[in-house]
Amino acid sequence: MLFAAMAGHAVAATPALVPYRIEGDAIPASLAPDPGDPLRGRELISGRDGNCLLCHAVAETGVRFMGDIAPPLSGVGARLSEGQLRLRIVDSSRLNPETVMPSYYKVDGLVRVAPAWRGKPVLTAQQIEDVIVYLKTLK
Amino acid sequence: MLTLSAVAAEAPRPQPKSGIEYAGGDVRALQADDFGNPGMLWVARGEKLWSAPAGRSGKSCAGCHRDAPTTMKGVATRYPRRDVGGGELLNLEGRINQCREQRQGADVLRYESEELLALTAYVAHQSRGMPVNVEINDANRVNFERGRDTYYRRQGQMNLACTHCHEQNAGRKLLADTISEGHGNAYPVYRLEWQSAGSLHRRLRACFFGVRAEQPAAGSAELVDLELYLASRARGLQVETPGVRR
Ligand code: HEC
Ligand code: HEC
Repeated sequence: MLFAAMAGHAVAATPALVPYRIEGDAIPASLAPDPGDPLRGRELISGRDGNCLLCHAVAETGVRFMGDIAPPLSGVGARLSEGQLRLRIVDSSRLNPETVMPSYYKVDGLVRVAPAWRGKPVLTAQQIEDVIVYLKTLK
Repeated sequence: MLTLSAVAAEAPRPQPKSGIEYAGGDVRALQADDFGNPGMLWVARGEKLWSAPAGRSGKSCAGCHRDAPTTMKGVATRYPRRDVGGGELLNLEGRINQCREQRQGADVLRYESEELLALTAYVAHQSRGMPVNVEINDANRVNFERGRDTYYRRQGQMNLACTHCHEQNAGRKLLADTISEGHGNAYPVYRLEWQSAGSLHRRLRACFFGVRAEQPAAGSAELVDLELYLASRARGLQVETPGVRR
């Protein structure tokens, strides 16, 4: 069950990743043409695609079991801007090379990725925007 | 990565704690009760197989090794192990299969087959309560180092190493699971989620799967090397076979 969750379904095959620019500790510009959808974002963080609750607790989801490896995300929408959230989800290792937080939008520099996931980011650009919009509602 | 593993290898580690100490009360009670512990079924099957003739030789394990409670006592504490004369590093499963092939003239048993689980559980059970005591020496240092590198290597789409969960986050929750220090001292275990006994390699493959990494085959040199490194981390912990896990 543990990792049945983590190793859920693969994201649809993506062509090249959308390029982005980092300013300070943020990625200010959206990665996707469409605005994020907070409902989809909410499903992503607790579902198998995002799996954020493996490590983070988000009291607002009402989910019964949540991890405590990482800081709880309640109130994160007040603490961090959209751009700051984007960098932390896209590639936390830019801020902390030792981080346990996986990079959700990165395919380079990974070692021995299982064939089903090779060359694919964990989340698509649109899914990342969905998650950000949801996290911004946690104030 | 390399420096991290070198540093960690030298740093003194706190007393290891068995996975059972991180388990819930129900699981602990089940493991402690020899009549309730489902793993004892495999031990009992192993006891039968121990004296069943097999292969062209028509010999049983007992034909060579006699009485397992005497001759197999303490054996599991020293595995994985390399023969003095060289040869590959063998875990208990590997040794059992080597005996079958070379001494009994029988087919090797498939990893996770009922027979191999039963014989491994039976042999390891003879060391229950004795401390894990693998020796790292010139013959197996290269295996130890390979295992250590695997332990500290980030891998998979999640880009995590064993250390990130089992060293840095032991005692914390990953969703509903309490992460332990990742020791192998209770294997084979009966796992409630599997509704079966399973080998240490099955458990390790689940961790590789979890970080979305390529899974080495059960019994592969890579996993036996990792098993040796884990055993060195578990030194002093008592063998608990058959353990119970959720
Ligand atoms: C395997 C563990 C793990 C998973 C899965 C995970 N995170 Fe994290 N996350 C962390 C850790 C640990 C930190 C703390 C920062 C650090 O150590 O670099 C963190 C930090 C963060 C932060 C910054 C929090 C703050 O208050 O500064 C955000 C935002 C975040 N994560 C969002 C997410 C989202 C969204 C997901 C899923 C799409 C997710 N995380 C999945 C481990 C994880
Ligand atoms: C993302 C987190 C994570 C990573 C990375 C991880 N594991 Fe695990 N592992 C778990 C969880 C959760 C369990 C089940 C609870 C427990 O027993 O620790 C587990 C169980 C185990 C167990 C069984 C312990 C017992 O007492 O039954 C061993 C051994 C183990 N892991 C070794 C490893 C090794 C070696 C690696 C690296 C190749 C690794 N793990 C990588 C999370 C992880």
